[in-house]
Amino acid sequence: MYKVIYDGSIEKKGHKAVFSETMMDLVETDPDVVYLDADLMNSSGTMALWKKHPDRAFNCGICEANMMAVAAGLSLGGLKPYAHSFGTFASRRCYDQVFISQGYADNPVRIYGSDPGVCAAYNGGTHMPFEDMALMRAIPQACVFDIADGVQFEWVLRKVKDATSGVQYIRSTRKNNAAIYAPGSEFEIGKGNVLRDGTDLTIIASGIMVGDAMAVAESLAKEGISIRVVDMFTVKPLDVDLVVKCARETGVIVTSENHNIIGGLGEAVATALVENYPVPMIRHGVEDRFGQVGSVDELREAYGLTPEKLTELVRKALQRK
Amino acid sequence: MDTRKELALKFFASQIRLETFRQVANLGFGHLPGSLSVADLLAVLYGSKMNIRPEEPNWPERDIMVMSKGHAGPAVYSTLALKGYFPMSWLSTLNKPGTRLPSHCDRLLTPGVDMTAGSLGQGISAGLGLALAQKVKGIDAKTYIIVGDGECNEGEVWEAFLFAPQRKLDNVIVFIDRNLKQLDGTTAEVLALGDMAAKLEAFGWHTQTINGQDVLAISEAIDAAHTVKDRPSAIVMNTIKGAGVKELEEMEINHHIRLSPDMSERGMKVLEEAHAALAEVLRENNITPIPTALDRE
Repeated sequence: MYKVIYDGSIEKKGHKAVFSETMMDLVETDPDVVYLDADLMNSSGTMALWKKHPDRAFNCGICEANMMAVAAGLSLGGLKPYAHSFGTFASRRCYDQVFISQGYADNPVRIYGSDPGVCAAYNGGTHMPFEDMALMRAIPQACVFDIADGVQFEWVLRKVKDATSGVQYIRSTRKNNAAIYAPGSEFEIGKGNVLRDGTDLTIIASGIMVGDAMAVAESLAKEGISIRVVDMFTVKPLDVDLVVKCARETGVIVTSENHNIIGGLGEAVATALVENYPVPMIRHGVEDRFGQVGSVDELREAYGLTPEKLTELVRKALQRK
Repeated sequence: MDTRKELALKFFASQIRLETFRQVANLGFGHLPGSLSVADLLAVLYGSKMNIRPEEPNWPERDIMVMSKGHAGPAVYSTLALKGYFPMSWLSTLNKPGTRLPSHCDRLLTPGVDMTAGSLGQGISAGLGLALAQKVKGIDAKTYIIVGDGECNEGEVWEAFLFAPQRKLDNVIVFIDRNLKQLDGTTAEVLALGDMAAKLEAFGWHTQTINGQDVLAISEAIDAAHTVKDRPSAIVMNTIKGAGVKELEEMEINHHIRLSPDMSERGMKVLEEAHAALAEVLRENNITPIPTALDRE
């Protein structure tokens, strides 16, 4: 079970620390866990892991294609590989290797794509994945996670260790998000989390937008508008039952994601609704644009990934009921 | 290696050629010439070098073979069937509906196929991952990877060429099937590779260049590679695309070919005569052939 502790505050520990500490523990407690990186260990916080366990943590150099197929071979050889790069380079740069050597050949690898969407900030448009979920969702049997906070990040990293099939793609910032969950919270892959109940509309959010969704719901509650908030951290497989339940009970849906509205959470939810229980919905996210350079706050503003924009879309959606 | 062993391997290679030609002729089209160029290597690997259990294809301590040039599937299937991994009758199902033998190697379909390949460049990387897993798990076994020379156009191959020496993967031998041709013509015309041996040597590989149609040379090169410590081995095999069937060797463009009934008949005749002649030499010298599934049929 999970416990929601959201109060608008930012989590104390950044996800870089969560990742590096969890990976160190996984390598040290399971002899089958191996770690691969593409010259971004300094960014992912795994330099200490590399230095301490050079026989289990492999720096593959700036060779993402080779790294992903090597990881597939390690998986086939009976190990449990984790591989990291920035989200752009962990997905589109090596898509065929992930698709064929890992997916098609059924050699599961746990991929951490860091700096999703606007989190790429000052690295700019070349490093800014607004399409990584779309790519990974299109791989049959892949699991795609968009991480809301560090508690969830650690849980997912540990949980996917024992995945026996399917590419496991985990996108998460390296920085601190809004704190959502109490330490020790447990989740279920393929199940969305209802963080806050409501009756007028449901916001289905993922990743860094979950905190914003909570803020918007709290703010609108003061006007007497009752918003349900769902953290759909498993974007694939999607919790279709929960989507339908929310549609039936609240009658209108807004999705919110740090990703292009094409191919991501919004489209997944839209498909589930159209096929099962059509209700009005609006997708909040990046509106089919490329990335650009800036601070996270500036970029959120530039792409409308703000509570203000989300509020505006919620009001618009409510009018369609 | 004594001459007797060499003759037995030549005979096995000839059987692989014959069954490979028959598979593709039965279908009427396929990647036949690039399958024939690696037949001698497969004969040496599966006939004398590899520590494998056909009755237990996924035995964790086995030697591994990755056909990174996955379109050479037919040659792999002939070899595996002859070794008893699956019934010889499967060979007539190549690429037919419901087959376990697709044109490109698929580990989920065919017993004995260690890794899926076909999207060029990936097999070598996955093979290195398998070799690295052998190291991590302390398994004393070898990984053999067969890469096409055309395949070396792929940038990923060169990433892999950097990776293996970095990791000191001395349990790996990569064979470059240097048949000098790719789909659109010669490798020189399309994207010249230059001196592959010199390049691999410069990348830190122990490198040998041999006649890849000579089972004795292949066998000796593998033995020499196994004595190398702390670095991977590459064996550049000068081969002929279509080796064993002159008519195919002489085709200008021969990556994927159509076989007319006449061509099939002529090719089968050439290979059957060569095989019969070798059988006679074995009989005369009282040499026992390498056991195959055909002995039981």
